Amino acid sequence: MRNLKRTLAEILHYPSAIAGLIIVFLLIVLAIYTVIAIPYQEAIRLWRGGEEVWQEYPKMAAPVWQNWFTRTKLAETIVLSTRDNEVSKTVKAISTDMTDIEIEIPFKYAYDTFPQELALYLTAKYKQKQPHVSVIWITPDGREITLSDFSVQQSQSYRISQDTRLQRRLGGMKPDQGLFADPALETPTPLKGDYKLVVSGIVFEPDSDLDAKFILYGQVYGLAGTDHRRRDLTIAILWGTPIALAFGLLAALGTTVTTMFIAGVGVWFGGILDDLIQRITEINLVLPLLSILIMVGTFYSRSIWLMLGIVVLFSIFGSGIKNYRAIFLQIKESPYIEAARAYGAGSFRIILFYLIPRIIPLLIPQLVVLVPGYVFLEASLAVLGLGDPVLPTWGKIIDDAQANGALFNGQYYWILEPSMLLMLTGLGFAMVGFALDRIFNPRLRGL
Amino acid sequence: MSRAISSPEQRARWNSFTKITRYVVTRLLSLFVTVLIGVYLTVIIANMGGYVDEIRRAQIREQIDIMVSMNQQLRFMPLEERNKYIQDLVELQEKRLGLDRPFIVRSFNFLFDAMTLNLGRAQQMVSDSGSSQVRLIILERLPPTLLLFATANLFLFFLSLFTALSLSRHYGSFWDRIIVALSPTSAAPAWFYGIFLILLFAAVLGILPYGGMIDAPPPTGTLPRALSILKHMILPILAIIVSSIFLAIYNWRTFFLIYSSEDYVDMAKAKGLPANMIERRYILRPTLPNIVTSFALTLIGLWTGAIIFETVFNWPGLGRATYRAVGLYDTPVIVGTTVIYAYLLAITVFLLDFIYALVDPRVQVGSEGHKV
Repeated sequence: MRNLKRTLAEILHYPSAIAGLIIVFLLIVLAIYTVIAIPYQEAIRLWRGGEEVWQEYPKMAAPVWQNWFTRTKLAETIVLSTRDNEVSKTVKAISTDMTDIEIEIPFKYAYDTFPQELALYLTAKYKQKQPHVSVIWITPDGREITLSDFSVQQSQSYRISQDTRLQRRLGGMKPDQGLFADPALETPTPLKGDYKLVVSGIVFEPDSDLDAKFILYGQVYGLAGTDHRRRDLTIAILWGTPIALAFGLLAALGTTVTTMFIAGVGVWFGGILDDLIQRITEINLVLPLLSILIMVGTFYSRSIWLMLGIVVLFSIFGSGIKNYRAIFLQIKESPYIEAARAYGAGSFRIILFYLIPRIIPLLIPQLVVLVPGYVFLEASLAVLGLGDPVLPTWGKIIDDAQANGALFNGQYYWILEPSMLLMLTGLGFAMVGFALDRIFNPRLRGL
Repeated sequence: MSRAISSPEQRARWNSFTKITRYVVTRLLSLFVTVLIGVYLTVIIANMGGYVDEIRRAQIREQIDIMVSMNQQLRFMPLEERNKYIQDLVELQEKRLGLDRPFIVRSFNFLFDAMTLNLGRAQQMVSDSGSSQVRLIILERLPPTLLLFATANLFLFFLSLFTALSLSRHYGSFWDRIIVALSPTSAAPAWFYGIFLILLFAAVLGILPYGGMIDAPPPTGTLPRALSILKHMILPILAIIVSSIFLAIYNWRTFFLIYSSEDYVDMAKAKGLPANMIERRYILRPTLPNIVTSFALTLIGLWTGAIIFETVFNWPGLGRATYRAVGLYDTPVIVGTTVIYAYLLAITVFLLDFIYALVDPRVQVGSEGHKV
């Protein structure tokens, strides 16, 4: 306990270590928050759910905060439905059977670019006779454009952007441009101001009802933007944190502890066992770990936990074993070991309680320094297309972005967000680890 | 002359000669066994313990099924006869690929071929010149990998070594502190910095290519060709250097600092020897074994290239070939690259023993307790 306190006090002398500790702490908080706020099943649903989960999101939209840094404001995504307060719905009975339902959707458009897409989703309640609607678009300068007239089914989607007849009426301009363009200007520029979309419908049955949802797919969406399948990247960015931390920490802990134990056993028993361990280490040096991981990924399973197991298995007999062995060989000759043996301590008791505690100071910095390597290994596997098929991870975002030419098409946010988090994780652990190394390693003291 | 042999001096020399020979033989044997087992394990793993054979058999059957069903002339053949015809074709094809013998027998054949560097033919991959010889595929991929990684790593090695040497004399200076502060940036691998560099120089600024090795179509003439390759090498080399330079300098610096706090260095300083002489004689010379080891390990690293790095930069080297081979289940290529790597590793480890003895008088080859 006092050792721990002293170490902590010493760490505070290194500014980089403090920065590292803060980063690691924030990442852990973020990971815990994520796991509580978006439970595992919910995350999978949001990430793998299919079109109905994503239909409200624009495609490959940049994050909202991109607007803070640019002069031209990109269109934000607007979703308005009859359930919202701004939307008014007036119901007027015309006769015993017929009712007039008018839904007014007002919205403010103050962006410098055109939206990505426009869509209107209608839900109707009826028994036999389908309600009939006409959709009218009112611009800030008072022009009224009738978009379309049609009968509404139980649930009907009207993709305004893909209405070719409307496009012809707008003089060949795509509806998402033509409806917003300022008619006074030569080059298509969006007219800013208050727009209104009016859905005026007639229902032909007494209990019939009509509801509408209007979605203006913008150029920006959410805190993290969206990808090529309209998925909200926030989910993957958030869930990447606990996965990266878990993978990195478990792999580092698994390898260092097992390596230390095996080195201890080898040194203590010596002879054939020690030789065997040495030879296994040398053979392991020849085996191509990454190729093996790729093969396991293509042949068996791409589960992240299986990959973790294999990584640990192959890293146990790594170069670390030789370092630990050299130190154990020195410790083995110490008088206190002799004393322990004299009072009859068993072999495993000596290994566990006399040998291993002596190198724990060396182990801790090693462990912390190893974490980033494994975090990046997970990302590397994902970039090779071998990421976990279910879980959203940072590496998988980079892989998706690379595969869809994000750099080529200028969607930098798509690569920068996961990369920055990876970098932050790597830096955090490395900074703490380096400081610990300097504290625990007497030869490096003061250097 | 015959009397001279029996003189004690000569006998001692003879003794040490036998000692060295015995050491060399045992060392070579143990390295050979290591390579043998390593390669055999790779053979087993690359075939997934015979599982790849199953995949390949299924592929052959499917191909022949399709081929036969597409053949108009065989359309009116009775079903039984047709099945037999298919079966014959499948067996012929399996025999051609050696799939008719049990895997365990073939695994030893693979091992023998691999160890004798008879790397055989690839299952699916072909070299750019159209050959399916594994040897040719590897030889064709090796030069781009070597060109890129040798340039980058040699540059990195000497740059970090000499920067570290000069920093160790200016301990605690501004640059020294900068390097120490920047050393954690090496936690990220080179491909990761590669993405950033591509983003900056190719996507945003548009002054350097996204990847590849040469412009398409390749320019004619030697000089334009070389310039084009050089242009494509800038970003990958920069990525490798940025990703490890700070840690490398930091490690060497710490290492030199530990050595320059030895008493004999203080003594030399007290004698008033010039700084570069102290560096060369009193710091570099005792640390030479470590420098040589590090250099040798750098050289080994060159041979494998880097699978992800070459994929990110679309560099037509050995790493990307390995990745493709794994994707195509092309075991001969996977085994081939591993065998070459294993041999190179063993040779380097073996040579290191002797280089150690050359540069470090404290180490005696064949003496007890010395292990590399």
